[in-house]
Amino acid sequence: MLPVIKFLLFKTIRLALLIGTVATLSFILVSNSPIDPVDAYVGDAILKISPEQREIIAQRWGLNKPPVERFLAWAGQLVTGDFGVSAIFNEPVLSVIGKRFVTSFWLMAFAWSFSGITGFCLGLSAGAGEKGLLDRGIRIYAYTMASTPTFWVGIVMLMVFSVFLGWTPTCCAWPLGMSADQATIWQRLHHLLLPAITLSLVGTAKIAIHTREKTIEAMHSDYAIFARAQGETTFGIVFIHTVRNVALPAITLQFASLGELFGGAVLAEQVFSYPGLGRATVEAGIRGDIPLLLGIVLFGTVFVFTGNFIADLIYQLIDPRMRNRAGATP
Amino acid sequence: MITKPFPLFTHWDCRTRTLLIILSCIIFFTLIFLSAWLYGEQGLETNLELRKLPPCWEHPFGTDWLGRDMFARTLKGLRISLGIGLTAATCSSFIALLLGLAAAMSGRKVDIMVTWFVDVCMSVPHLVLLILISFVCGGGAKGVIIAVTASHWPSLTRIIRAEVLQLRSSDYIKLSRQLGKSPYWIARHHLLPHVAPQFLVGLLLLFPHTILHAAGLTFLGFGMSPHTPAIGVLLAESMRYLSMGLWWLAVAPGVALIMSVKAFDILGNNFRALLDPRTSHE
Repeated sequence: MLPVIKFLLFKTIRLALLIGTVATLSFILVSNSPIDPVDAYVGDAILKISPEQREIIAQRWGLNKPPVERFLAWAGQLVTGDFGVSAIFNEPVLSVIGKRFVTSFWLMAFAWSFSGITGFCLGLSAGAGEKGLLDRGIRIYAYTMASTPTFWVGIVMLMVFSVFLGWTPTCCAWPLGMSADQATIWQRLHHLLLPAITLSLVGTAKIAIHTREKTIEAMHSDYAIFARAQGETTFGIVFIHTVRNVALPAITLQFASLGELFGGAVLAEQVFSYPGLGRATVEAGIRGDIPLLLGIVLFGTVFVFTGNFIADLIYQLIDPRMRNRAGATP
Repeated sequence: MITKPFPLFTHWDCRTRTLLIILSCIIFFTLIFLSAWLYGEQGLETNLELRKLPPCWEHPFGTDWLGRDMFARTLKGLRISLGIGLTAATCSSFIALLLGLAAAMSGRKVDIMVTWFVDVCMSVPHLVLLILISFVCGGGAKGVIIAVTASHWPSLTRIIRAEVLQLRSSDYIKLSRQLGKSPYWIARHHLLPHVAPQFLVGLLLLFPHTILHAAGLTFLGFGMSPHTPAIGVLLAESMRYLSMGLWWLAVAPGVALIMSVKAFDILGNNFRALLDPRTSHE
């Protein structure tokens, strides 16, 4: 069990260092920005307050102190779990992120698993029948999707299914005028459907291309050719030999793509007015809510790290070649 | 393994076909830039009599709610978006070249620092990083360019660093060092020519990413005002008219964007096929 402990220790130290660096860098960036935090906080009421009042706000926030001192104070609070208060939601940052993430989580989970499964199956069938009609179709689809902006896919879906066909609602995560608890699970699923499919359509392309290449590689390998020489059918080769070799990199890729999933969710949520973490990010950026923005940056970092960590862990646990040198390679 | 060539254009050899594809992509881009320049302001005036026209012969992309010709707007928007994407991609690939060379040639400490920076940049979700940086820069076209530049160098840096590390252990570099040449001299005379093709391909393949991310960022409302109608702005505006059934406002600019991104992708991949020694003989 020693290598596993070593691996976990290595990852923990890495995460701590990573958060430290990201926090420091983003703090330096934000504190050098030309946007005045007091102005951003006051917003439209800027004409109504006097310079003295501004001074009081600045003093209360400690804006007159040198940046290093401010950073230390902020970092000290971060360590105790206090991320500050979001200006636009008037709530502690952590509780905003928590609430919003739960809403986003279902969207991302659905899109992630759906795109993973369909992408894998499409890639596998494309690779098995290389140069066939299906392969060509899947390739055209995947390569076109790779150069299509996520938000445009969302707009088209919205246009077709919500506006013209009227099958799905045009906005939000639950019916207008209701709170999250009042909506039934079916209503929520109904609202979730279109953004999730949009995200999946884009996510599917990447995993399909990757799986297709790996499958072709496996189909041309010695063991596959030997199996064919022994009279194995293509179906048999794919399901007995290829799947095992292709599944692992595909799963890893899917876990490692959490960052892109997050980005896609930001865009999809913007199109569908879905009140998740992505929309919160955009609002925080546009309305200058620095505590929330920094909180989301750190949260996003942990989120991506978790994905990569799980991918590494799966490799360690499943692939016998990796197990022997666990913890040694970063 | 022997692969049969694509059945189209089989009477040309691969090299000619690749060159032709590259040429047609370049012509396509020249056309976009030229026509955006020729159209100038004339397509942008409002004409309230011709409001909300669906696509027809005079207005192939239809007109918007103020009677502006969408074809002209799309062309201008495309030019702005492509311009931003190209600038950002060029800047960030030069950063990548510099950092990649520095990481591989200037000793262990620099290497560790650059690699760590690459890791850090890649560990923040891409779009969140973009939003953070363009927020810090106060938005605008400048903010978008800086944000996209600052977030796209890591992957190319990794490639160049790996390439140089591999080259560094080759005999002629070792010999050069034994002869007392400085690392800077070696980098300029031996490494740079070697990584140049990699760099060029990396730059070309970076274009689609930067154009898409710049469009995404402007769509979210960072950067451009409605007065500089980049494609992202056009699409964000079209969202408001979707429920009224003005589908062409969203479809036409989107398809134009996809086509140009796809053309850059094709261009990059064909260049790679031509320049990469492993595939250039095919």
